[in-house]
Amino acid sequence: MATVTVPKEEKTAVVTSPESTQKTVTLRIARINPPESTETKFEEFKVPVQKWTTVLESILYVKQNLDHSIAVRYSCRQASCGSCGMKINGKPRLACYTKISELESNVITIEPMNNFPIIRDLAVNFEQLFSTHKKMKPFIINEESEVNSDTKEFIQTPQDLEKFLQFSYCIKCGLCNSACPTMATDTSFIGPQGLAQAYRYTADNRDKGKKDRLKIVDQSHGIWRCHFAGSCSNVCPKGVDPAMAIQLLRGYLLGFGK
Amino acid sequence: MAERLSNREGIKGMANPTRYGILRVAYWLQRLSGLGLLAYLIGHIYETSTILNGKAAWDNMLSLTETPGGHIVLVIVIGMCVFHTGNGIRVMISEGGKGVGKPGQPEYPYRASSLNSKQRLCIWVSIALAALAMMYGAGVLFGN
Amino acid sequence: MRESIIMKIHYGTALGAVALVAVHILMRMSQKFSDSLAYQNVLANYHFLPYALMLEVILVLLSVHGFNGLRVILLELKQGATYERAINYGSIAAMAILIAYGSRTILMAGMGIS
Repeated sequence: MATVTVPKEEKTAVVTSPESTQKTVTLRIARINPPESTETKFEEFKVPVQKWTTVLESILYVKQNLDHSIAVRYSCRQASCGSCGMKINGKPRLACYTKISELESNVITIEPMNNFPIIRDLAVNFEQLFSTHKKMKPFIINEESEVNSDTKEFIQTPQDLEKFLQFSYCIKCGLCNSACPTMATDTSFIGPQGLAQAYRYTADNRDKGKKDRLKIVDQSHGIWRCHFAGSCSNVCPKGVDPAMAIQLLRGYLLGFGK
Repeated sequence: MAERLSNREGIKGMANPTRYGILRVAYWLQRLSGLGLLAYLIGHIYETSTILNGKAAWDNMLSLTETPGGHIVLVIVIGMCVFHTGNGIRVMISEGGKGVGKPGQPEYPYRASSLNSKQRLCIWVSIALAALAMMYGAGVLFGN
Repeated sequence: MRESIIMKIHYGTALGAVALVAVHILMRMSQKFSDSLAYQNVLANYHFLPYALMLEVILVLLSVHGFNGLRVILLELKQGATYERAINYGSIAAMAILIAYGSRTILMAGMGIS
């Protein structure tokens, strides 16, 4: 992605804070509006911050006081919806879950997540992530449905639950796909998010779709294109650990998993 | 333009070993050493084929490779070979689902158990073994 | 061929190569390194059938492992049916050429045709 930094007048709002010594940081926000323009420009904004201010709050401050035209996707503001993934100081993070103070920098560079097509500014398109997620059959495959009157309910012990619970916390924020080195160049790769979800359902003892899912992931741009670089787990904000799920899923293909 | 809009990080992003910890560094070193070793294999097969052209040709080839420069290349090859082997065995075991931790309830601050200390230790041991092998190799090659 | 089978071959060739290359290197260490590369000593290696067979096996293992590794890297760099077919067949061809070229040396030197 070509980037140009435009020398532009720094935008600062009049802050009506009781403390005149309030700390401020500079937000460098990537601006791009395809297809009208394919060049990324960075605009700088000075924003006041407290030690608890999150990156999302500072972006919203800019939108309210300095430039309302910045495109950003967000919703819950509590790391539950997975909407506000973006590249913050070079690393994919959730804006609502990242405090300015933890970045230990007075200049915060905010860009759209890599490996996702840009809609505008910081908003990216999740079409590929969702379609890949659907291809992994993210549901219990079992003909003996609990809803039939003549079948018993599925028994699941806490130990059975623990085998997949962690992976069901995925909020589909896309940070893992953005950090993955294979995703950086391979447009056909399933990606850590999809592969982790394939494992989540395969490891569920109610599920009978293991064979189907293993067939889906065992292709030239499937599970074997993961090389355990661990970047996905490094950035996951929910502790899903996609790298672990992928290796456990691969264990089935190599005959180590049950 | 389509490529630009897809916002893929590209080769530059794939080949960037920083930002994501030691496992990403190991991934990068594994690739680099693999490519280096393949190049050496091709060169080595060509180099040894000169024996078919008689003693003069063989000695001529040795005069090119048995030089300080040639020895430095060989020392680097030894390092790449040892690291690629050590780290490759770690990756192979991990890819079978062993040594990547057990799934459980994630707790704040959500440290991924697949990026555990055993994994990191194995990488450092591979690097250390490669360094030791390089030192030993340099001793043998330059000691002659 | 399913990708899992290809990757099992990749792992298998790696393990086999590690063991045999270790023997190959230890053989170099059995005498002074520069002496081990002397013309007569190298020829003697090729004339010793078990060692020549081991070199042949190493050649096959490393060619398959090396070019499959390269294939994986290249498949990840660019996509497209024609490109991917070219990479798959190209790497098989490269393996075959390297094995043929290396085997020629082992066979001819082993049989004393030089």
